[in-house]
Amino acid sequence: MRNATLPFAAILAVGFTTSLVTTNAVARDYDEVRLGVDIPYEPFMYREADGTLTGFEIELGDAVCAYLDISCTWVEQDWDGIIPGLLARNYDAIMSSMAITDERAQRVLFSEPYYTTPSAWITTHEHDIDIEDRASLEGLTVGVQRATLQDNYVTELYGDVLEIRRYTGVDDVVTDLLAGRLDLTFMDYPIAEAAIEIDTPESQFQRISDFIKEPEHIFGKGVGVAFRPRDEALAERFNEALSALKEDGTYDEIMNRYFNYDVRL
Amino acid sequence: MRGYKNVTTSALGGSEMLDISAWFNDLLAGNLIFTPTTLGYYWEGLVTTSQLVFLSLLAGLVLAVPLAIMRSSKRKWISLPVYFYTYVFRGTPLLIQLYIIYYGVVFIDGIQQTFLWPILREAFYPALIAFTLNTAAYTTEIFRGAIKATAKGEIEAARAYGMSQSLMMRRIILPSAFRRALPAYGNEVIFMLHASAIASVVTLMDLTGAARFVYARFYAPFEAFLFVAAIYLCLTFAILYFFRFLEKKLLAHLRPQNT
Repeated sequence: MRNATLPFAAILAVGFTTSLVTTNAVARDYDEVRLGVDIPYEPFMYREADGTLTGFEIELGDAVCAYLDISCTWVEQDWDGIIPGLLARNYDAIMSSMAITDERAQRVLFSEPYYTTPSAWITTHEHDIDIEDRASLEGLTVGVQRATLQDNYVTELYGDVLEIRRYTGVDDVVTDLLAGRLDLTFMDYPIAEAAIEIDTPESQFQRISDFIKEPEHIFGKGVGVAFRPRDEALAERFNEALSALKEDGTYDEIMNRYFNYDVRL
Repeated sequence: MRGYKNVTTSALGGSEMLDISAWFNDLLAGNLIFTPTTLGYYWEGLVTTSQLVFLSLLAGLVLAVPLAIMRSSKRKWISLPVYFYTYVFRGTPLLIQLYIIYYGVVFIDGIQQTFLWPILREAFYPALIAFTLNTAAYTTEIFRGAIKATAKGEIEAARAYGMSQSLMMRRIILPSAFRRALPAYGNEVIFMLHASAIASVVTLMDLTGAARFVYARFYAPFEAFLFVAAIYLCLTFAILYFFRFLEKKLLAHLRPQNT
C-alpha cells in the first residue's frame, strides 16, 4: 500500500507545483488590467470638460488598482455589447455599474457587490400621477433605457397597464418626456439626478415614488465587477482590495465626493 | 388491405402531428432564449417592419411618379426644386433624417399644440415619414433615368401621330420607363427593407428592435441576430421572386423569341 501511494503522492506533488506555477503565471498576466466601461453614466463614469475620465467607479477602480499595485487602463465599450466584449478579451474586467443578476452570472464571474442604488418613478410637474393607483396608470406611456434593470422592472410589473417605450440612452428619454411623448419614466435615481434636476425649485421634474430597491430577483444583489469565469484569482484580489478600501475609509471618501446618500452595501 | 392501409396512414398522420408539436416543444424547451414570449416579440417586429416598409414604399412610389416627371422637365424652375429635394435626401444618411424628424421636431415651439402632434407623438409616423421621403428621392431618380432613356424613335413616332405631351407621357414614355426601371426599383425595395433596421433607434419594436431586445436581455448576440438575419433573408427572397415574376411578365417582349 505504501509503495502504491508513493508514486501517487509524487504525481500529486508535481501536479501541485505545476498548478502553483500556472497560478503565478496567471497572476503575472494581470500586472496590467484593462477595465471595460460604458461612458457616460454620470456620476459613475464620465468625462471632464478636458476629456479626462472621472466618476465614482473610475476613482474606486483606480483606488483598487493602486491598492493591488497593478496598472489599470479603461476601455470604452457600449453597454449593449459590454459582456461579449469581456468574453472576446477586449478587456479583463467590467467596472461599469453592472448589477449582479443570475442571467449575467451564467456568462461572467462577479466580485462581491460594491454598491447599490435606488430607482424611482419620475415625471414632469405637468403630470399628476399616483403610481400606487394601478388603474389610473392605464394608457400612460413610460420610457426606459433598453435592457436595464428598470426596463425589466417595468416590463414585469407594469407591462399590462403601461405602454413601454425603450430608448438607447437617457438623453432620449428626457427629450421625449419634455416633448410630451412620454408621461413618466422609471430610472436609476443617481442617473436621473445627473441628467435632470429633480424636485429643486426651478426644476421641471418631480419624483413620484419612494426609492425602490426591491424585488431582489430584478434589482439583484447590487453592483459587482465582472470577470471572465476562469479569472477566479483576479476576482479574489479585487474582493480583498474592495473590503480593505471600505475599512480604511478610502471608499467613504470617494463616495462622499459624489453622493449625498449612502450607496454602501 | 386497402382499408387497413388507410387506417394506418391516418393514425400515422395523427402521431406525426403530435411528433411535430412535441418536436417544437422540445426545441423551445432546450433553450432559454426562444421562448413563446421572445418569439412573440419577433412576430410583433415582423409585423411592424412589414407595415413600415410596405407603406413607405407605396407612399414613396406615389410621390416619385409626378416628381420624376417634374425632374425630367426642361423648365429649370420645375426640375431644380425636385433636384434639390433628391440631392438632400440622397446626400444625407437615413439615420440622420430619422433623428431630425423624430427628435428634432419636438424643439419647434408650440408643435405640441398643432394638429400634427397626434401623428408626430407616435414613433411609427415619424419613421414612416422619414422612410417615405428617403425612398421617394431614390425612386424619383430611378424613374427619371428611365424616362431619360426612352428611345428617340418612340417619341418621334408619338409626335408623328399627333399626340400631345401629356398623352405621349401617359401612353408611351411612362409605360416603357416603368418597365425599364423595374430591376433597379427591385433593388430599391430590398435596400428599403434593410434600411428599415434603424427604426429601433426611435423606440419602434421592429425586427431589429426585437433582436436588440433579446440580445440585451440574454446577452446572446449570435442567437438573437442570426435568427433575425434569417427572417430578413426570407423577406428578401420573397421580394426577389416577386420582382422576377414581374420582370418575366412585363419584360417578356424584350426576351429573344423561341424558334
